[in-house]
Amino acid sequence: MNSVPIRIGVAMVVVSILFGQLEQSIAGPTHDTRSLSRDRLEWPSADDIKRTLLLRDYNTRIVVLGTTMLGVAAGIVGVFMLLRRRSLLGDVVSHSTLPGIAIAFIMMEMIRPGGGKWLPGLLIGALLAGLAGILCTKLILRYTRIKEDAALAIVLSVFFGAGMALFKAVQYIPSGSQSGLNHFILGKTASMVAADVWVIAEVSVAIVVVIGLLFKEFSLLSFDDKFAAAQGWPVFRLDLLLMLLVAGVTVIGLQSVGLLLVVAMLITPAAAARFWTDRLGRTTLVAGMLGGGGAFCGVLISAMYPRLAAGPVIVLTGVLFFLVSMLFGVRRGIVVRVITHRQLKAAVGRQHILRALFEFLEPKCDPSAPMSLQLVDHIVSTDDLQPMRSWTPKRLRHLLRTAEASDFITAVRDGGYRLTTQGAELAHRVVRNHRLWELYLIEYADIAPSHVDRDADDIEHLLGSDIVESLERLLSQRYPHMSVPPSPHSIDVASDTTTQQAVP
Amino acid sequence: MIRSVLTQPSRSKIENEHPASAPLSIHDMTVAYHRKPVIWDIDYTAPIGKLVAIVGPNGAGKSTLINAVLDLVPKASGEVRVFGEEYHKQRNRVGYVPQRESVDWDFPVNALNVVAMGLYRKIGWCLPVLRRHRQTAMEALDRVGMADYAKRQISQLSGGQQQRVFLARALVQDADLYLMDEPFAGVDASTERAIVDILRELRERGKTTLVVHHDLQTVTEYFDHVLLLNMRLVATGPTSEVFTRENLRKTYGGKLALLDQVGHKMTMGESGR
Repeated sequence: MNSVPIRIGVAMVVVSILFGQLEQSIAGPTHDTRSLSRDRLEWPSADDIKRTLLLRDYNTRIVVLGTTMLGVAAGIVGVFMLLRRRSLLGDVVSHSTLPGIAIAFIMMEMIRPGGGKWLPGLLIGALLAGLAGILCTKLILRYTRIKEDAALAIVLSVFFGAGMALFKAVQYIPSGSQSGLNHFILGKTASMVAADVWVIAEVSVAIVVVIGLLFKEFSLLSFDDKFAAAQGWPVFRLDLLLMLLVAGVTVIGLQSVGLLLVVAMLITPAAAARFWTDRLGRTTLVAGMLGGGGAFCGVLISAMYPRLAAGPVIVLTGVLFFLVSMLFGVRRGIVVRVITHRQLKAAVGRQHILRALFEFLEPKCDPSAPMSLQLVDHIVSTDDLQPMRSWTPKRLRHLLRTAEASDFITAVRDGGYRLTTQGAELAHRVVRNHRLWELYLIEYADIAPSHVDRDADDIEHLLGSDIVESLERLLSQRYPHMSVPPSPHSIDVASDTTTQQAVP
Repeated sequence: MIRSVLTQPSRSKIENEHPASAPLSIHDMTVAYHRKPVIWDIDYTAPIGKLVAIVGPNGAGKSTLINAVLDLVPKASGEVRVFGEEYHKQRNRVGYVPQRESVDWDFPVNALNVVAMGLYRKIGWCLPVLRRHRQTAMEALDRVGMADYAKRQISQLSGGQQQRVFLARALVQDADLYLMDEPFAGVDASTERAIVDILRELRERGKTTLVVHHDLQTVTEYFDHVLLLNMRLVATGPTSEVFTRENLRKTYGGKLALLDQVGHKMTMGESGR
């Protein structure tokens, strides 16, 4: 539908609130004696840093404890949100809480003037509104043909807009103007008291226990909901329960990160955890740790800068954790990927050059004597190797230099190379693998010999010793006397269809 | 039971048309997406212990048929009976192999974890997967020739291997009726052989298997029965009787070039025997 203008509208509202809020929080409470200048952030003194890091303040301890537990719970729930591809639904839940907070406040003020700030009441209002947001999305998806992204955008913006309108209305209620409801939007950890931390602790523990009990069910739901439904699991209700958990995280996150940014606490740790492991249990564990750790560090940093809104700082710390994971994660991190890619490329290059050397020398050797002993006797020039493969002269020179550095070949005189003993052994093994694989493809996979060479090239680099063993067993009956089976195709230059260079 | 028959005369009619012994019987089933019918008035009774191919062009409603049987999509009308009862009462006697593309293979689990999912219902709410469950899953992986890949993350498996993992997940359920949605789609030759072996083994053990199948050339070789579908049921019965050029032409409508090719192959095959 018309999701783009709505999105822009939401973005503008969000940005304006964000700035208003930042301005407010930077301006800070007037009784803060440390903030002498009003227009710049002040660096904390060494004493302040020490006090904060050692958690000397009761107040800091409270806030750190509450926010860390929130981080753990959010990280764990987030794994299933991410895997179920429901990340944006978390955003809908959190934005939808806004009118609930306002309505709860107004109702409580009506019952008992001045009693509107009773936190559990506000949180229940937030929870109900968050679930109402989910319900609206589900209804739109079920009864109209509006696509999911548009439905999410509509619900998110309508609820948030309604919430903002109600917030304005709250301002006209006596005591409403100082109610501090605005803190729920971006979070203000300073407003947290011990009773709040108890609520956060209870909800966090409940969330973690539910995930622990239904780990198997949620993982099946996230992986294959159709299969889960066919097996008779109540998919819709499980989904709803997951949403309830998300709403729970949002609600307890209102005070520390605020509703605009709580989705980051849900999704960032889970996304970061995927860089570290390929197992679901560990992903959940790592996400919980990253979520808790990010929240812990973030809240400490924001404790040192009392005039910064805590929510954005916590989220930015989480993002830092994410970036570190993305770069250095041991499973899928960018650095690991680059290294393995380069290693593979180097291995492929090494095998190509050794095979070219072997195949060039093969016709010159006496087939009755062991090959690997004869290989080291011959001298090969760059010009000899050039037509063996479709490589550029530059690439060939590079490969020769690398091979020389690894002691597989030695340079003898201008342009000439000789295989070393270990180079000859390796070349022998590489060609053997290659030929075994080629034969396997011809014998068992019905591939025409003319197409085999290139296929074998792709796969030989991945051949494990177990596969080579089974190939040897399969083919030993056929070529019982040979350590290297003969090539099933001719190795002259003409057979290599990819060769572009002119043959001297 | 008796009372229900007395109060609902139509019930006895339905029960007559749904023999309790039949693994699957479908009566007058219509399924619609957004008011547009996808399959109409399907009447079908599956034979016991046979391999049945569900064949039809793209968009013929083959997957929808399976999904409707499994209560995954709502039926606009009609009845489905599995071993004489409603599906949800006989659920644990039905094994399901969804299309491979229906899930995210980047999911952080290994092959063994996926196969163990077939046991979750048996394990029950909140209880963990135990060593003996993993043992059962491992045996199923072994049956599909994937025991060596048990600990491998599923994104590192080839398409054929992923399909075998899905098959193993259905096998651990030890069902009596299997519904498979395109298990042969995009698999390598060795996987195809492995799947066919498993299908035949299931048939020998008296299980009934319905397979959505695309490759017309292998229908006669692999399957005993065939169900030709193109929004309506075109024909059903033993492959030798039903899988004819005439019926295929009815099923596939205008795609004559392909049909002539297949028909040619089939007549060649028949004369060769």
